[in-house]
Amino acid sequence: MSESLVGIILAHAEIADAMVKAVEAIAGTGHGLVAVSNAGCDRGAIQARLEAAVGGRPAVIFADLPGGSCAVGAAAFAHGHPGVRVVTGVNLPMLLDFAFHRDRSVEDAVTRAVETGRTAVGGGGAGR
Amino acid sequence: MSVGLFRIDDRLIHGQVVVGWGQPMGIEFIVLVDDEVRASEWEQELYRMGVPPQVSVVFASVSEAVAQLPAWRADERKGIVLTGDIGAMDALCAGTDGAITQVNLGGIHYRDGRKERLRYVYLSDEEAAKLRRLAERQVAITAQDVPTGKAVPLAELLA
Repeated sequence: MSESLVGIILAHAEIADAMVKAVEAIAGTGHGLVAVSNAGCDRGAIQARLEAAVGGRPAVIFADLPGGSCAVGAAAFAHGHPGVRVVTGVNLPMLLDFAFHRDRSVEDAVTRAVETGRTAVGGGGAGR
Repeated sequence: MSVGLFRIDDRLIHGQVVVGWGQPMGIEFIVLVDDEVRASEWEQELYRMGVPPQVSVVFASVSEAVAQLPAWRADERKGIVLTGDIGAMDALCAGTDGAITQVNLGGIHYRDGRKERLRYVYLSDEEAAKLRRLAERQVAITAQDVPTGKAVPLAELLA
């Protein structure tokens, strides 16, 4: 896997941790993903957890629910950190793709994650 | 009255408010009473983000909320009035002279000096005392994060 960008999954309850485990089960380690939960956090505590997870590196924060405390906290964090961008509606396909394409700009990584994530969502048929 | 819920929640407008309460209540407006967000356009943009287009969002300072509360209560639509801390709700109750009879503690999370009262409610001694005084002024205070959760009365919370 390529190096450089880190991905922070910021989500409710134990989603983020479970998603990292799922990525590892499918693609192995070296994915550059860090799991962060909002459990027990007010707005300030979410910022502190993000600060620790990002550690001053260029990063994409993958948040779960648009408009939820994770997505809002991520957007607030990105406002004060120019090298950080946010993607909402995190899903496993976008994370797997991210894990193998970390040698790019934060902007490109966001565009790619949004496309991959959207393409993966389907329904109504007999499956792909 | 059409303000269906007065809530203190330090995450402000988020999933539990918009989805957890908003969906079953069928809300059409949310008022966020917070002096800091009222003064910051980009923060208002943040909090508007996850609210569906049919729900309007109003940002008010505490003093604006005191003046506007009668209009929100007379509004034919159903809404939620939200503050980020106990102080703002206390000031809103004091300024509107008995108009608010029920307050929901939705999320007051861990900070230095606060003790755990519930998984989602941590209070310092001063905050607990402030809530007790509010309850003495005939405001029924219960903690409840989501509608399907148990409503815990203040007396039980502070026991």
